[in-house]
Amino acid sequence: MATDKTASLDDLVGQLETGMTIGIGGWGSRRKPMAAVRAIARSDLTDLTIVSYGGPDVGILCALGKVRKVVYGFVSLDSIPLEPHFRAARQAGAVEVAEYDEGMFYWGLYAAANRLPFLPTRAGLGSSVMEVNPDLRTVADPYDGGEFVAMPALHLDAAICHLNRADARGNAMYLGPDLYFDNLFLLAAERRFVTCEQIVDDLAKEGPVERVRINRSMVDAVVETPNGAHFTSCVPDYDRDEAFQREYAATGKDAAAWDQFRDQYLDVSEDEYQQAIMKAAR
Amino acid sequence: MSATRADVCVVACAEAFRPDADTVVSPMGTVPRLGALLAMATFQPDLLLTDGEAYLLAEPVPLGAEADARREGWLPFRDIFQVVNAGTRHVMMGATQIDVRGNQNISALGDHRQPKVQLLGARGAPGNTANHTTSYWVPNHGPRVFVDQVDFASGIGTDRATGEAGRFHDLRAVVTNLAVLDLGGPDGTLGLRSTHPGVTVDEVVAATGCDLHVPDDVPTTREPTDDELALIDRFDAAGQRFAEIPNDG
Repeated sequence: MATDKTASLDDLVGQLETGMTIGIGGWGSRRKPMAAVRAIARSDLTDLTIVSYGGPDVGILCALGKVRKVVYGFVSLDSIPLEPHFRAARQAGAVEVAEYDEGMFYWGLYAAANRLPFLPTRAGLGSSVMEVNPDLRTVADPYDGGEFVAMPALHLDAAICHLNRADARGNAMYLGPDLYFDNLFLLAAERRFVTCEQIVDDLAKEGPVERVRINRSMVDAVVETPNGAHFTSCVPDYDRDEAFQREYAATGKDAAAWDQFRDQYLDVSEDEYQQAIMKAAR
Repeated sequence: MSATRADVCVVACAEAFRPDADTVVSPMGTVPRLGALLAMATFQPDLLLTDGEAYLLAEPVPLGAEADARREGWLPFRDIFQVVNAGTRHVMMGATQIDVRGNQNISALGDHRQPKVQLLGARGAPGNTANHTTSYWVPNHGPRVFVDQVDFASGIGTDRATGEAGRFHDLRAVVTNLAVLDLGGPDGTLGLRSTHPGVTVDEVVAATGCDLHVPDDVPTTREPTDDELALIDRFDAAGQRFAEIPNDG
């Protein structure tokens, strides 16, 4: 009998611990595991280091005081360039950061995924990224002597990614235009979680099997969370909910609006959240 | 037809992309994107342009029509970084600050540990500037943008581009709402390449908060042709470019 890796959001959060370094898949405000982010928001987890091509995942967790440190190349809502809650947390000095170039960040995940301590890159040389990350080292080319950044592996205690489809064994498939870096997040992590729009019996019936870029050697648990990337995009299942995102962004500078947003959308179960957004859309 | 300032800026961006045959052009902003579309539709048909997501467009299409366009390839983010490292790319980024040596800041203003203003983050600017041709688009040319020294060097300028960081460093143009600048001044400093029609050299110098090398002869940025104006109107029928460069008449 094949192993069944299906789990609930509560199971997922139960596998996380205060103080962990957690990688979150997706990119900006695209295919983020928002149901899992909301579950972390409801939990008593704190002191987290979040490693992310950052979007509202970073903003929400910062706004709720869950985050000690953010490791990022950018934090953006895409159609709204600046993430308001990340911005507020930074300007209040409420979070530590490790800011890298996007390509360095990729290289850090890739190094971890390949069980290498670092990878050399030209990205970052000469920039202020070297100055604000005093632990960053350079490495000499042993063949020709040039100097490169030695981007350290971004090891993760846990990673969470949201895919369009998965099966109960832990294989997962993206159906949109871009996998982003999801397989690398999972390969870089000790505890590996996939949330998905739908768990199906046969992924090959959902689209070309070449899109199953995450296989069960890379996954410990699978959680079905329909509409679980909302309000970020999860094409072709759904686009970003721009109206909702604007409402979210407006809470960055308005404490009363944030309190109301929290009350309505974050201090509730995932089922209640989904009901609330359906009601808001009517 | 008469050209607006936004149209002049679109053509100036297109001119920055003129050499970019079989090069992936990544324009950040509406005016740079229109410039890339215009170049692709006229004098640089071999330019490579994505739809802003993950597909390469086989032909220039109006803003917002990307989803229905014919595609000639697939370039997800991971492959973009491959192109960055290969050097076959020309990015035109925005800049909250640019300094006299062409360093660019899109990360944060003030002390990075607790910034006065948190911006986007370095994004790909360090890797872009170390690996391939980079230009900047500044729709609000003013003394707070052009500064003596940036608070944070996201994209590296001529003074920081040493050793391996300088091997492929190439800052081509800084297109603004007033002028076209480059790093052709003494010792790789900002220089004035052309002023837009109706803008004086003195106005550009006054709007620049750092030294600006002004050559003896400063030409005027060329005006769009009638054919180019018609194409710009076709690509941006809704006038999105005027959100970046208001048309004050």
